Parts: sequence; structure tokens; C-alpha cells
Amino acid sequence: MAATRLSGGHVVTTEAQVWDWLAKVPDPEIPAISLVDLGVIRGVAFDGDTCVVTVTPTYSGCPATAVINLSIETALADHGVPVRLKQQIAPPWTTDWISPEGRDKLNAYGIAPPQPAGGPAACPRCGGTHLEKLSQFGSTPCKAQWRCRDCLEPFDYFKCI
Amino acid sequence: MNALHEFLLRTGDNCLILGHRVSEWCGHAPVLEEDIALANTALDLLGQTKLWLTYAAEVEGKGRSADDLAFLRDAWDFRNVLLTEVPNGDFGRTMMRQYLFDQYHLLMLQGLAQSSDETVRGIAAKAVKEVAYHVDRSRDTVVGLGDGTDESHRRMQEALDYLWPYVGEMFASDTVDAEMAEGGISPDPASLRDAWDAAVADTMAEATLALPDSRFHHKGGRDGRMHTEHLGHMLTQMQWLQRAYPGATW
Repeated sequence: MAATRLSGGHVVTTEAQVWDWLAKVPDPEIPAISLVDLGVIRGVAFDGDTCVVTVTPTYSGCPATAVINLSIETALADHGVPVRLKQQIAPPWTTDWISPEGRDKLNAYGIAPPQPAGGPAACPRCGGTHLEKLSQFGSTPCKAQWRCRDCLEPFDYFKCI
Repeated sequence: MNALHEFLLRTGDNCLILGHRVSEWCGHAPVLEEDIALANTALDLLGQTKLWLTYAAEVEGKGRSADDLAFLRDAWDFRNVLLTEVPNGDFGRTMMRQYLFDQYHLLMLQGLAQSSDETVRGIAAKAVKEVAYHVDRSRDTVVGLGDGTDESHRRMQEALDYLWPYVGEMFASDTVDAEMAEGGISPDPASLRDAWDAAVADTMAEATLALPDSRFHHKGGRDGRMHTEHLGHMLTQMQWLQRAYPGATW
């Protein structure tokens, strides 16, 4: 709690500390990565005592958005910090905002990270590169279904947008 | 009439009505992957609906919400093009309708992403990424089924022939469009027709399907003058909960 200091008897929370807390909040659909890894947290700032967290949705219709908002509110409430959420749609979320750590975590979890070429680079299970697309869509709006022709396992691919 | 509000209703209603139609496939598609793909497409469209109709309600300034606009209007107040409300038919017709609309939607959103209105620009920049993905899929499916078996080819040609008279309405500009174009808020839909024709001709050639040459088109959806009888039937399902239990919340 090095970032917390006492000021006139009040506990003051810093923005860096809020970022640390949010870095531990898992994505509701892909719990292997955090909301910060996913790149949906666009800003943390204090307005007096209230922490204003700016959030951008991944897909405009993603049902996880409501759960993400609730998770942020819960995380800050757990630390006694009043929070206000600000939804921001511009600039639109892009998979470029997924952190390098987030990409590694996705791959380790069995989801091939997004590639600018539009398809996965390698099978997240065996590393094979003989891959085929099964469907452009998958179990959540952000994923597509692919299969590795080396190990024959199907896997999720995080769509590049 | 507030032209911006009218324009936003048209844009949002296209997403809402088509999104609901596509969602009717949930649990009924020919294979699981297609079922998931259709449900995801519907979800994207409903997400876009929320953004457009939230702004439409804000511009209207009567204290209504996006939900109020979606669930508490009757058929004559909807402003979607007729193409989006026609029944799904078979899987082929659903995908043909999707492609014809997606191709228009993509061109329109690319224009709206340059809008003079900041909110319109932001929503369009978000939606255009999703719709680029939709058109990739619907185009591939139209080509795959058109240039497929004898039966799939026949069904896709029938779908194209059936849907063609609904195409023209997407590009039938009126005074609302003129005002939007003048203010730099939206491209004039008529100005998108050439690019749409070129893209669709290319797709249909690859799909070995014959483009109908008639320019006759049905109208009455985007100005609300006369929807097809199908819209009312659809709304009885889509709006059932709010009609049976007014004000019910989740």
C-alpha cells in the first residue's frame, strides 16, 4: 500500500493504485486476462473523491460490457473508493490495445492472439502452423473458430479489429 | 420534423429490425457454426441499435430512452427500409438479404465515419469495423452457395430475385437525406449506389448468379408511409414483454 498516503486523516488513493487494482480484475468471458490487459480501461482520474474510470466497449453489442462495468464498480467499492464510469466509444477499441502480457496470457489459455494478417500465427496448443478456419465467429463476439491440422484440435482465435 | 432525429431513427431502426430478424435464427440454423455466426451478427446489430437510438432519443429531447424507442413505438413509427423486415425465408435468402444490406451498410458507415457530427462519427467508426466483418462473411456465403450445388444455386437465384425489388429503397434519397448531406452529417444514399452496384455485380458474377435488371423498387419503410404487413407481426413478438407488462425491467 505504498501508494496510499494519509492526508488530514483521509486515505488518499492514487491513480496508479487504481490501475493496479483494475489489473487484477479478470475479463468476465476470458478470465485469463485482466481488464487492463484487454485494453478497455482508457483512463483513470479523480474528480474530488470520486474515481472516474473511462471504459470503452470491445464490440458494441458485447453482453460482457455490463459485467465489466459491474466488476469495476465492485473492485473500487472493495477499496472504499466511490466510482463513476464514463463510456467512451471514440476512438473505437482495437485489438492493438491488448497488452503484450495479455497476448501471452491468451495464448497460454488456448486462445490464439490477434494478428494483423487476419488469422492466427500458430496453434496455441501444439504450435503447428497448418491451420484452417472453421467459422468467422466463435463463442463470444471477439473470437473466431479455427482448427489445427497438425494436432487436429479446434481452438479460438481472437479476431483482429 | 427534426431531420437529424429522423436520420438517426432510420439508421438505428435498420439495425434493430434486421438484428431482430437475424436473431430469429438462434437455435435454428443449419449447423452450429452458422447458428453462432448469425447470433453474433444479430448481437453486433443490436449493440449498434443501442448507440444510434440512444442518440436519437437524446436529439429528440422528450425524455425517451433507446428502449422506449425500440419497444414502445408501433409499426408506422419505424423508419427501417423494407428489406430489413421481410421474413427470413430459408438460410440462403437470409444470407442474401444480409449481403445486400451489409454492402450498403459498409459504404454508408464509411461515409458516416467522416461525419461533421462528432457522435455520429464515433458510432460509425465503431460500427464499421464490425460491419466489415459481416460483409466478409455474407459475401463468402453468397458466393459459396451461389456457385455451389444445383439446389443451392437455384435457391440463391430465387433469393436474389425475391429481394431485388427491396434494394432500391436503400438509395432513394429524400429531403431528410438532402439536409443531412448539406450539413455534412451523412452521405446522400443515392451517391452510394454506383459503388454498391459495382461491388454487388462483382460478387454475383463470382457466385454465378444473374443480376435482375429491373430498377423498380418497393418503398415506404424509411419514411414510415407504408411498411409491409410483416413488420407488425414481428413487433408482436419483439415488443411482447413491454406490451404485456408495461414498464417491466430486468
